[in-house]
Amino acid sequence: MSRQYYETSDLQDFPNIGEFAPDQGDKFFEYYTTATSAGKLTEREKSLIALAVATVRHCPYCIDAYTNKCLSMGVSHDEMMEAIHVGAAMVAGDTLVHSTQMRKIVKKKEM
Amino acid sequence: MGLDEEHELMDRMDQSDSFIEQLKVCASYPLRAQSVDVLQINITRRCNLCCRHCHVEGSPDRTEELSLDNLNACLRAAAHSRITTLDITGGSPEMHPHLEWFLGEAAAMQKRVLVRSNGAILLDDAYRRYLDVYAEHGVEVVVSLPNPLQDRTDRMRGMGVFDRIMAALKELNMRGYGSPNTGLILNLVHNPVGAFLPGSQQALEREYRLKLRHDCGIEFNSLFCLTNCPVGRYLDFLKRSGNLSEYTDMLKQSFNPSAVANVMCRSTISVGVDGRLFDCDFNQVLDLSLSDGMPAHINDFDFEKLAQRTIVVRSHCFACTAGSGSSCQGVLE
Repeated sequence: MSRQYYETSDLQDFPNIGEFAPDQGDKFFEYYTTATSAGKLTEREKSLIALAVATVRHCPYCIDAYTNKCLSMGVSHDEMMEAIHVGAAMVAGDTLVHSTQMRKIVKKKEM
Repeated sequence: MGLDEEHELMDRMDQSDSFIEQLKVCASYPLRAQSVDVLQINITRRCNLCCRHCHVEGSPDRTEELSLDNLNACLRAAAHSRITTLDITGGSPEMHPHLEWFLGEAAAMQKRVLVRSNGAILLDDAYRRYLDVYAEHGVEVVVSLPNPLQDRTDRMRGMGVFDRIMAALKELNMRGYGSPNTGLILNLVHNPVGAFLPGSQQALEREYRLKLRHDCGIEFNSLFCLTNCPVGRYLDFLKRSGNLSEYTDMLKQSFNPSAVANVMCRSTISVGVDGRLFDCDFNQVLDLSLSDGMPAHINDFDFEKLAQRTIVVRSHCFACTAGSGSSCQGVLE
């Protein structure tokens, strides 16, 4: 089967995600634009954050969009990879910190 | 790639004249000139470099250059009072044997004169004098620096080119270029090193300024961001790397109606190395002549006619209307 759940061209549909709920869609895009535009942080810094989140969230559309955005903003390969390592470290860390729950239970239950 | 093949490819990309359709939607078709402020002169195709994005495919092997007669015709045309700027490009303009004379004549006209240099050539013994010639005539220097990172610029322009550009920029700074109050303007040009669009000009200018100042102590006036147009060597790259369709789709999806009013062709005439006139440098490379009834050659320059001409557009024009728009002077907004 040649058709996939994730298709590259689907990224072009992003502007249409408010199609069946335009009010919420408009509000989302207003928020999205404000959140990702330059503020106290630069557009470049926000692009790197977005790339790290996209990778952690395994979103192929966002990885595509923000890798291109980072390239457009002149971000180096090293910087992009460092940002992804921050995401990877956070995922590892928030996994491992949940071992606390396991260890607490183990210590309570075992004789 | 031959011209016929390039035209065929353009037609395949644009079977429904989608650029014209977009112009119709925003009530801008036919696209008309509003003046001729800039005479952009492609003085030679010869270049000491062989950059991978070069739309004119300049190289040391190219021999085409504007004749002395045609240079004189350019000066006669530029004398028109409403032409404010002579924009000299190439190839590498320094490799034209009469550039120094031409700059002297152009400077005497009291107009804005700018030269688009690859920078690296200014360190060669045969062309080093232009560092002083430019300063003496108050020529605005526009240096192509695709990226402030060495490896990216070298990938696009050749090994060692980044360091040579940095050395040339320092020499220009020493002569007062890029400093406030000297009147000597040094602008840089950014092109994406790959199949993507340039980012925000303001953000990239900040990035360039911080990096060049911190790493090399270099100052400049402004950064111009240019979108790569899918013609010439850049088109070859897009095809070879399998990026052509995605890139041209991206240009179309990024069409910005508000950029149309300010596209450079509306205020520019491009002179080819044979003296023929074109709407822009890209149309020149694609051999797309001016619309019917327009003077075809610099010898027949007619300001009134050219200032009201209908501009010849094709699908490559999406490169100038994508995102914030693109021109030889940077973004259009």
